[in-house]
Amino acid sequence: MGTGGATSLDALEAALRASGTAVATVALRRVDVDSRGSLLDVLTRVGVRLLPNTAGCFTAREAVLTAQLAREAFNTDWIKLEVIGDDVTLLPDPVELLDAAETLVDDGFAVLAYTNDDPVTARRLAQLGCAAVMPLGSPIGSGLGIRNPHNIALIVEQASVPVVLDAGIGTASDAALAMELGCDAVLVASAVTRAQDPARMAAAMRHAVEAGYHARHAGRIPRRWHAVRSTPQQGAPKLTTIDLGAP
Amino acid sequence: MNVVVNGESTGVVLGATLGVVVDGLGRGRRGFAAAVNEEVVPASCWDTTVLTDDDRVEILTAAQGG
Repeated sequence: MGTGGATSLDALEAALRASGTAVATVALRRVDVDSRGSLLDVLTRVGVRLLPNTAGCFTAREAVLTAQLAREAFNTDWIKLEVIGDDVTLLPDPVELLDAAETLVDDGFAVLAYTNDDPVTARRLAQLGCAAVMPLGSPIGSGLGIRNPHNIALIVEQASVPVVLDAGIGTASDAALAMELGCDAVLVASAVTRAQDPARMAAAMRHAVEAGYHARHAGRIPRRWHAVRSTPQQGAPKLTTIDLGAP
Repeated sequence: MNVVVNGESTGVVLGATLGVVVDGLGRGRRGFAAAVNEEVVPASCWDTTVLTDDDRVEILTAAQGG
């Protein structure tokens, strides 16, 4: 789960617990001497692994420095690499992203790269040595779901590293779809933290991820144009002789 | 002398270390990272890193996000 958007640390803690998540993202910001409560204390209490991010970085240079600071602050090599292109769409800038990914991988980081839903960029990130690719379903916080399921399926098909659907999830069915498409996990923040009842939505996400995962591996039936009987016709009684002219 | 701590000009004693400035925030050190003039300074070096006039110090910690 992402931790952004929660109205209070108590609400966040309840949502984290209900979600069953094993990992929580955190941003790195200037120390606020007036802040009350500690996010780190909450995350430690819940027992989730920290995944620092580089949210808000526009250049590879900023992202690399932020990742290095996060490593110092949280004593982890994991970094969710986010390098955005503009403030309106918050979409990743693939040029800066690939540049930063290469530097961070060389510096020993386990890079989980937030990327556009572009199979080629995802492949390049994996080739650079990223630990996971995190394609977006739609823009951050938009709740628009997965706008290009075909691209997500293509990314999964060629993936040599885990695929985490990141950004855009609005409700539980979006998370289930991500898992049905073969993603290894989903990252959900706003959809939970900004829901009217965050803990309940977190529980819904947990069930959706499990449902999607099982559906993916249960072998779904093929899609057919016409109906296929599930009840055999053999032995059916002859109750009418009226020909309704059906095909 | 003056250094810029998280964007705000702050008076510190001559020869003050980064550790003194971090402790001056009164929030402990756990979960903090610091940079001086856009260079990361590991926590193990805070007490030996002597600041000079107009140094830009960033002291960061976890915030909700992502």
